[in-house]
Amino acid sequence: MRIFLNDDAHEVEAATLAAALESLGFGGRKIATAVNGRFVAVAARPRTQLTDGDRIEVVAPMQGG
Amino acid sequence: MACFYGVELKSRLLLGTSRYPSPAVLERTVKASGAEVVTVSLRRESGTGRAGQSFWSLIQSLGVRVLPNTAGCHSVKEAVTTAHMARELFDTNWIKLEVIGEADTLQPDVFGLVEAARILSEDGFEVFPYTTEDLVVADRLVEAGCRVLMPWGAPIGSARGLNNVYGLRSLRAHFPDIPLVVDAGIGVPSHAAAAMELGYDAVLLNTAVADAGDPVEMARAFALAIEAGRAAFCAQPLEPRDMAVPSTPVIGKAVLGG
Repeated sequence: MRIFLNDDAHEVEAATLAAALESLGFGGRKIATAVNGRFVAVAARPRTQLTDGDRIEVVAPMQGG
Repeated sequence: MACFYGVELKSRLLLGTSRYPSPAVLERTVKASGAEVVTVSLRRESGTGRAGQSFWSLIQSLGVRVLPNTAGCHSVKEAVTTAHMARELFDTNWIKLEVIGEADTLQPDVFGLVEAARILSEDGFEVFPYTTEDLVVADRLVEAGCRVLMPWGAPIGSARGLNNVYGLRSLRAHFPDIPLVVDAGIGVPSHAAAAMELGYDAVLLNTAVADAGDPVEMARAFALAIEAGRAAFCAQPLEPRDMAVPSTPVIGKAVLGG
């Protein structure tokens, strides 16, 4: 299945958001996520099923004013 | 002490963490400022990137409270989603709510701001809205649940100081019990002192410190100015007068003719 993570296309076999993040190198990282513009909490990632074309946002702490 | 949503703070300087020459300078600047609250944000990170993780380790080592922002959001939906991500990431209900309405001035979209503030307040967030000095908008924000207001002094990063002193003074008079923070537009310590002399509870700074030739020393200067401005407000400064008032007593002056 093809998903878009921060606008970059990726081919993944993972069915859930948690599995996709693990396979793409985000395991154990301090990140927050949204799928198709909707916030997905850490606890909800394992039960969040992905479908072809989903757009995932992954953000991390950053400097801000 | 300043008090935001039940949290008492000795320092009335809230400091941004962006635009510093290096993480080491950021660390020294935060320490020199005495700030107990720093603003942070969130941005995309790749699977191989580690910038966010190392930044977070640095902030944690400073032992300060964080105020996440929704900088760069131009819609209610974007701001609300960003706030939810920030709450989880930083483990705080505090959110500096920015909904930008105009790209050149970064002027808040006050209509979207009120809508987003209501949604977030009802969801348990403690909202610090980045707003203008407009009284009616401020009323709406308080009605929406905000217990802190953060009017701009001038556009973000402009270093113009307090563009509308009258408006800021009116806001202070209209909301004697709501903590008020001048957020944005401050350029030099005298601007911050002026805000504090108006009775504002705190000042939020970033660019004026981070872009200074010596951020560490500028942070120290701002901390002194904010403390001085607060002390001056508490000491009840004179109102301006149109006519001169002699400071030396006239009674008893020698009569020398001429």
